Amino acid sequence: MSIHDLSVPIAVPARSWRDRLGSIVPILVLAPSLAASFIYVFVFTGWTLYLSLSDSTLLPSYGFAGLDNYVSLWSNRRWNIAYTNLFLFSGFYIVGSMAVGLLLAILIDQRVRGEAVWRTIFLYPLAVSFIVTGTVWSWLYNPADGIQALVRGLGWSDFSFALTSDRNHAIYAVIITGVWQSSGFAMALFLAGLRSVDPDLVKAAQIDGASVVRTYRKVILPTIAPIFLAVAVIQIQFAIKTFDLVAALTRGGPGISTTFPAIYVYDLMFQRGEIGEGAAAAVMMLAALAVVLVPYSLWVVWRRRAEAGNG
Amino acid sequence: MAELALAIDLEAAAASRRHFWSRFAIYGLLTVFAAIYLIPLLVVVFNSFREQAEIARNGLISLPKTFRLEAWAQAWSTYCIAGTCQGMQRNFLNSLWMTIPATIISTLLGAVNGYVLSKWRFKGSEVLFTLMLLGVFMPGQIALMPWAFVLGKLGLTNSTYGLILVHVVQGISFTTLFCRNYYVGIPDDLIKAARIDGAGFWRIFWKIIMPLSPPILIVTVIWQFTGIWNEYLFGVVFTSGQAQPITAALVALTASGTTARSYDVMSAAVLIGALPPLLIYLFGGKYFVRGLTQGAIK
Repeated sequence: MSIHDLSVPIAVPARSWRDRLGSIVPILVLAPSLAASFIYVFVFTGWTLYLSLSDSTLLPSYGFAGLDNYVSLWSNRRWNIAYTNLFLFSGFYIVGSMAVGLLLAILIDQRVRGEAVWRTIFLYPLAVSFIVTGTVWSWLYNPADGIQALVRGLGWSDFSFALTSDRNHAIYAVIITGVWQSSGFAMALFLAGLRSVDPDLVKAAQIDGASVVRTYRKVILPTIAPIFLAVAVIQIQFAIKTFDLVAALTRGGPGISTTFPAIYVYDLMFQRGEIGEGAAAAVMMLAALAVVLVPYSLWVVWRRRAEAGNG
Repeated sequence: MAELALAIDLEAAAASRRHFWSRFAIYGLLTVFAAIYLIPLLVVVFNSFREQAEIARNGLISLPKTFRLEAWAQAWSTYCIAGTCQGMQRNFLNSLWMTIPATIISTLLGAVNGYVLSKWRFKGSEVLFTLMLLGVFMPGQIALMPWAFVLGKLGLTNSTYGLILVHVVQGISFTTLFCRNYYVGIPDDLIKAARIDGAGFWRIFWKIIMPLSPPILIVTVIWQFTGIWNEYLFGVVFTSGQAQPITAALVALTASGTTARSYDVMSAAVLIGALPPLLIYLFGGKYFVRGLTQGAIK
């Protein structure tokens, strides 16, 4: 009896030992990535947040300076230009690339021949870096060598197209190039959406005698409305993080006319030795992203729940 | 009868004319846009083969009248960037030795993480997954000073290894997201059956998950390769001179043209920097687009 009793507790740990090892392996496997991500997301963010409240200048320093850096940031004219540019750029860039992307998607959706070829052409800019795009477009904008020189050479001798050397209009050069680079991306997402529309819906509209334009406006586009929002949110993210494109295209100039928040962070941290204020600017970038992404993510989760509830 | 036939003919003719014009408009618009997209690429390709004298004479945007390969050779091995005259070859190789390991490591980690987070869920694993996802949205700027400190402590400043580390850590959230969302679609019954047969964690991974993974691994590899190759911020902040990846070197190259700009060599240099991701795009376009739409919508 007592021997029998003993045998049970011995047998159970033997099995549960293997089980426990088995259940611990996945956690062990995940642990390094989790630790790295945790450090990256939370420790690094907290660190920069602290730097933004510190008296760091040329080197990180950890004396507490309260909101001094933020005060000085928001009273800086250059920062003012940077976020004004960001708003201007975001607006035109998002509307522009969505309009071009949607037009291209609708054109391709008309059962055109060689669909794959068209798509490949419109999407290739996305494979190359903003550095490459920015460099090449800076040549095209160059009044002495690029588009202006070409048109003048054709005989229109007072044609003027010198966006990048005009501080009031250089931001439009950034916008045009940004739209050129990423309208293919919008096209790809819209096309995927158009293809997912229920063909019966479209057929029903056509039988009712609706024209093509009306069918798109009243039937197809409303059903892909969530894609508009998704594209807009992704584009805003790109816009807030814009750095490479400007670095290669205008380097923030002429003067400081095309400064962006990301350029400002880089300049303050690594060119001017104002680490504290640079960190404050980086925190503002994060805040801008959060303002866009947190409500959007909550909305996506809410919509999924609602759909699951209905289904 | 004849009148009716005529009316039908006329109507059919009108319809086919309308059809012709609408087709004409569609293809016309597509052609215009295709030209806008292709011309910048053509300009660079042409100029990399034209003589600089001809570019100076006929302008940047012009059909080539001369042909030579020398600009490519100069861009690769002899052109001067900020006083060092070794062309782009070192930077190209830096990019390659940075991108390949970082892509492989981050993809493998993503596959294993995705496997755990979809098939070996434990209490709190969904929360952990959500936390990892935050990495996708973080702007690189917020991590610059901490990374500079960490890389300094590890002795990895100005080195390709440092950039590999940065890109792996930054990439894990993307690769985990991609793989996890794909593995969720693999039936749990497959895993259960294997466990009943006595297969363990790794056996199931190698024998069941991996053979089903090529589509998502290709998507992830293409996404990571393109993203890391094209990255600029970390490259320009954490390395300098000969240790820089090609994106940073391209900016330095075009900035250093204080005298007459040699568009021929710069065009070749730009193409050298753009070629690897372009080739991947041309040969793996389907997967590239799939990664794009998946990464975007999920």
